[in-house]
Amino acid sequence: MIKLKEHKSLTENKPVEMMSLPPYVYIPLSQHLGKACEPVVKVGDSVFTGQVIATVQAHVYAPIHSSLSGKVVVIQNWPHPVLGRCKAIVIESDGIDKTQDTCLTGRQAGHRTQTEVNKLTPEQIKKIVFEAGIVGLGGATFPTHIKLTPPRPVDTLIINGAECEPYLTCDYRLMIEKTGEILSGLELVARCLAVKDVYIAIEDNKPQAIERFRTQDTRFKIKVLKSAYPQGGERQLIKNILGKEVPQGKLPFDIGVVVHNVATIFAIYEAVYMNKPLYERVVTVTGSCLAAPKNILARIGTPIKALIDFCGPLLEEPLKIIIGGPMMGIAQYTDQVPVIKSTSGIILFSQKEFVIRQEEFCIRCGACVRECPAGLMPCLINLASEREMWQQTKTYGAPDCMECGLCDFVCPANRRLVQSIKRAKLELAK
Amino acid sequence: MKNRLIVSVSPHLHKGESTSRIMWMVVISLVPAGIAGVVIFGLNSLWAIMLGVISAVIAEGALQALTRRKITILDGSAFLTGLLLAYNLPPKVPFWLPVVGSFFAIAIGKQVFGGLGQNIFNPALVGRVFLMASWPKYMTEFTKPLNYDAITSATPLALIKEGKVFENISYLGLFLGKRGGCIGEVCILALLLGALFLLLKGYISWHIPVTYIFTVGLFTYIFGPKGLFSGDWLFHVLNGGLILGAFFMATDYVTSPLTWKGQIVFGIGCGLLTAIIRLWGGYPEGVSYAILMMNGAAPIIDRYTRNRIYGTK
Repeated sequence: MIKLKEHKSLTENKPVEMMSLPPYVYIPLSQHLGKACEPVVKVGDSVFTGQVIATVQAHVYAPIHSSLSGKVVVIQNWPHPVLGRCKAIVIESDGIDKTQDTCLTGRQAGHRTQTEVNKLTPEQIKKIVFEAGIVGLGGATFPTHIKLTPPRPVDTLIINGAECEPYLTCDYRLMIEKTGEILSGLELVARCLAVKDVYIAIEDNKPQAIERFRTQDTRFKIKVLKSAYPQGGERQLIKNILGKEVPQGKLPFDIGVVVHNVATIFAIYEAVYMNKPLYERVVTVTGSCLAAPKNILARIGTPIKALIDFCGPLLEEPLKIIIGGPMMGIAQYTDQVPVIKSTSGIILFSQKEFVIRQEEFCIRCGACVRECPAGLMPCLINLASEREMWQQTKTYGAPDCMECGLCDFVCPANRRLVQSIKRAKLELAK
Repeated sequence: MKNRLIVSVSPHLHKGESTSRIMWMVVISLVPAGIAGVVIFGLNSLWAIMLGVISAVIAEGALQALTRRKITILDGSAFLTGLLLAYNLPPKVPFWLPVVGSFFAIAIGKQVFGGLGQNIFNPALVGRVFLMASWPKYMTEFTKPLNYDAITSATPLALIKEGKVFENISYLGLFLGKRGGCIGEVCILALLLGALFLLLKGYISWHIPVTYIFTVGLFTYIFGPKGLFSGDWLFHVLNGGLILGAFFMATDYVTSPLTWKGQIVFGIGCGLLTAIIRLWGGYPEGVSYAILMMNGAAPIIDRYTRNRIYGTK
């Protein structure tokens, strides 16, 4: 693990701001791991905020909700931050953001009181989480209700507030501003999973968040970690907190552990207490070419251009727009891509932050081998991958790569290590 | 948005390290040893160093131009090869010797394999061994330190080999470089200064040099001339090209193993071979051959010293 330059000061002290409603939202039908949804509304239908507009029959999926009230104007292909292109439901806002209180299980009007929440059974909580369309908001977008139903009992729950990617501060702000709510949500998850130990993992570069959690009266353990990348990787986090590793090819629940992101926990809180499906999230919009970088509460489906414009005039033309963190995020080809459930950050790189580096021959310096948190041989995978020797890539550990990007980061020869490992993984999966 | 956006695979950040930066850093770390060599052996050594460096750079550029490849003479790697080759020459050599040596090092040691990063053996040592085999007379004629009249004298290691007793030089004298030997190898103090710089900057790790030097020390101590555990290990550590080789040549990225585990095996191997050659081999000094032999073994060391993959036993 490496201590990266953080660049978090651009936004870490900026409270989350709400954006005015966009005139249109473009809601992609695939925003989760699993089967893509099918629209359940037609062009011309009126929808309200939080209404289910797409769902599907499958084991692994999460329903998708409208993030505005208004009219469905078209259902068509639209740029997608992860998939490139994907069918999206386009909704024109009526400007009033009309919600209906009866959108989630329980059918009570409005908020649930604490007494009502206390009466909910784990099954009911899971149902609410499912109906609210909650997925892992750390980036993996695995449907959360499935993670609340592990196939075998678990004893440890870890809440991931590490946010180890540089630039991103959305989880940090959430932890500062919604500490109580996160703890209430956590209580619900702990109840669903019936776990013994609960850890809230925060890196030591987030002092205010640590302070907030410490001043709250909670039975959960607050685990302060030395900030390093890739601390927030699920498997790394488990190793750093519990001192044990998830066996190769297994999942965390196999060793009795479940990890949830803080933003996911907050979404669970909102679903259960406020009857609110997941149709908006906090997004860090940052980069030195923005006049005022911000943490923005944005509706799902808002084009990122609207968020960038909300941060004031551009001081410089961006060369690269990244969705997610700078280490694992995806460079976008257009600013028309919408915010989706997994969008944690929008990072704009200008000439100052980004230089095109020429790829040179590997000099076998071994920096990638030393830094690889998974214990792989990235430079050798790279060479084998370039020669299309896929079995060889496997012996050097390609399938175990989590694509954290540290190998590329330290490579003095600017080898495209992650790119070739990704390719090897795809070939091996064939 | 006026510009077209750049799309590339993650990560989008870079540490800023580059191959040429590393090469030039190693060059800088070798400067003290060069200065010491010139002070100890006179201006002859300066010309040898300059000729070695210049001809290595020219050879690299010419071969790249000839084979229509990108010319990369500014990346410092050819400069470094020439420099190391010159450091491995006796102070008073005919002017053409470093030229031929550098050309051989670059052409046969490096470019025939495909250039930087592709070679199996350390190019500077390939050049040196070629010169040793071809012109042994010039390669074994050493001059007295701090005596610029070029009076020839054998190195302490050679005297020991011939069973002679060498004129007494104190350990401090050896440490400062008051002995016959190659241009860049004699002043241990200067070499350690450079090595410390590289270690602190993280350009080399301790694994190869420490295990290498320790193994030589231990081995020469155990198998001393007057029976077991009677050897003068400090003499062996301070003499010959051990310090230069251990810190600056065995640590060559291209030709050494990738993992720390592998580097420890590599260092011990170099140490054993060096000690064996010195004690029982035909040559007084074995650093070059030891490193070259271990270079050849590096791929197989890599195979058996992989890091443990997360989640496996």
